[in-house]
Amino acid sequence: MSDLVIHNLHVNIGDREVLKGLDLVIEQGKVHALMGPNGNGKSTLAYAIMGHPAYTVTAGEILFKGQNILELEPDQRSRLGIFLAFQYPVAIPGVSVANFLRTALNSRRKAVNPEDKGIPIPEFRRLLRERMDLLKMDHAFAGRYLNDGFSGGEKKRAEVLQMATLRPEIAILDETDSGLDIDALRIVSEGVNALRGPGMGVLVITHYQRILNYIKPDYVHILLNGSIVECGGPELALHLEEHGYDWIREKVNS
Amino acid sequence: MSPVVVTRTRKTDAQPQGAPSSLPFHREMMKTSAGAPDFLQDYRSRAWEAYERLPLPAITDEAWRRTDIRPLIGSAFVPQHLAASAAPLAAPDPALLASLTGETHGGQIVITPSGVTVQLAEELAQKGVIFTDLATAERQHSDILANIIGQVVRADEGKFAALAAALANNGVLVYIPRHVQLEQPLHSLLWGPGAGLAYFSHLLVWVEDGASLTYVHESASPTESAPALHAGLVEIYVGAGAKLRFVELQSWGEHVWNFSHERARVARDGSLDWIFGAVGSRLTKNFSDLDLIGEGAAGRMSGFYFTDGSQHLDHDTQQNHLAAHTTSDLLFKGALKDQSRSVWQGMIYVAPGAQRADGYQANRNLVLSPASRADSIPGLEILADDVRCTHGATVGKIDADQVFYLRSRGLNSQEAERLIVEGFFDPIMQRIPFDGVRERFQSAIQAKMG
Repeated sequence: MSDLVIHNLHVNIGDREVLKGLDLVIEQGKVHALMGPNGNGKSTLAYAIMGHPAYTVTAGEILFKGQNILELEPDQRSRLGIFLAFQYPVAIPGVSVANFLRTALNSRRKAVNPEDKGIPIPEFRRLLRERMDLLKMDHAFAGRYLNDGFSGGEKKRAEVLQMATLRPEIAILDETDSGLDIDALRIVSEGVNALRGPGMGVLVITHYQRILNYIKPDYVHILLNGSIVECGGPELALHLEEHGYDWIREKVNS
Repeated sequence: MSPVVVTRTRKTDAQPQGAPSSLPFHREMMKTSAGAPDFLQDYRSRAWEAYERLPLPAITDEAWRRTDIRPLIGSAFVPQHLAASAAPLAAPDPALLASLTGETHGGQIVITPSGVTVQLAEELAQKGVIFTDLATAERQHSDILANIIGQVVRADEGKFAALAAALANNGVLVYIPRHVQLEQPLHSLLWGPGAGLAYFSHLLVWVEDGASLTYVHESASPTESAPALHAGLVEIYVGAGAKLRFVELQSWGEHVWNFSHERARVARDGSLDWIFGAVGSRLTKNFSDLDLIGEGAAGRMSGFYFTDGSQHLDHDTQQNHLAAHTTSDLLFKGALKDQSRSVWQGMIYVAPGAQRADGYQANRNLVLSPASRADSIPGLEILADDVRCTHGATVGKIDADQVFYLRSRGLNSQEAERLIVEGFFDPIMQRIPFDGVRERFQSAIQAKMG
């Protein structure tokens, strides 16, 4: 069990500084919501935590399980227990959901034990069926090519299926609510809620309060112009829903 | 059975200046076994004359524009069957002898420098099936050989076709009589180890009306330090209502200059499922033609290739719709690493009067290193007015976003790239009805990806 501690994080995309000294602690077992208007650095934070090569960290550190994960490759971060549900999941034509998940599980096993022969197929099938049932997914989904021709809702559900299969300790959901109709949103949220617990910290990135009706946050943080400007409980999200972001801009500027 | 010989000419210029002029072969290398029937002596002499008459292909020839064989000139090659036996040559990899189709072989031929083994199930022989090496066929089945040799591929179609026809000391004859349906696959292996050697092969696959066959042929050798050469002919006939599934696997060592002229002629309502797998050779120039000569004839061509190092693979395909209601469907997919290069040049031809022809061709390439290069040249020549023909050609790279996405799930960069490449080849795998062949391609991907 470990918190994810972000300290004074500065991140550039090209020459432009997007995160300007961000501090945030994602506590194990808690759900944190990260809100803020578009273009203020929410997705940049998600990518920087995961280690996307286009995002350059110029200062700061991200500590998890006693190490600065900025020194790790994206796959090492994943194997350490960090998961990012992408806002725009990438299609991998020709690779089925099942084949992909089995490969991902086996990569983890092999990293622990290079001699590992991989998860036995019957065990994997059972695991996958169980996780798909949790998310009310048709089992035929496992045979489809990953994100290839998926609807917006299917892509988001596939992200949560991956999360449910890989069982991370820190999960970042980057606008998982965008593009979902109300039914899909409920199913995805129920899936996340079923996985919540003392062993998983969650960061829900959104700019709508709507998903927070389903995934109740313990804390709400507001990201504006590259840093966290306000923290509070669930009532902060409701306040934003009602009053928008202008009051917080005024408060920051004054 | 008297198939019409239809010829598609490829533009051949006169010998250009400065073109290489000779290979180290001469007339005396022709097989002159005392017992060879006259028609074969004639066939080989005429082929040799064509070989002498035809210029060496040069990059000024359209078909050879992207495949330069000048580095071949000056290499010394001795036809393997004339080579003095010096150091013992490697024996075939036992893995190459296993069935790839999940069925026990109905027959197997293994051709190696130290000899030929031929096996054919007794009940198949009793049904009149002929499956034997060419040298044996000369002696025992010369009547059938006389009717079919040179009928589908003409010896004078190209310099290397003529060379192979003249010097082919061995090969395979497959003959399936009318209405004989083989459940068990036939399998042959041409094993060609050694440096400084030249191998010539001639495959004849004749499936008579209403018959059916699955046949797997492999050419393979370990990689040597000095060059070797293979020139081959493949002649296929699929009779009316007959069905052939033909898998050709090429894993020559990376020292081999490999040339082949292949054509399948499919009669009325016949069908051919033709699968190519190419991972070997230093350089390959392969001409593969599908001639749909009878109404309702159908052919599918599926190609898998993967190059690395400084390999150069050139596949030149033709889908010739020469009758109405014919269907062709070609998909070739390749991946390239290091400084390797591939060429695919394809043509769908629809003859006048071949109405309701349906032709498809697609070539997809995945370029895995900045120094590798894939050329993809589709073509249509349509002389009938009621047809449907479509084609597509793409050359792409691995997308960095795909790699990051997979790495974010714990796959290291090598595993991520391998999975993307496997996914890229999946549409080809889907077309292959044999687990063993798919597994062979999978392990080729593993080996090439490192």
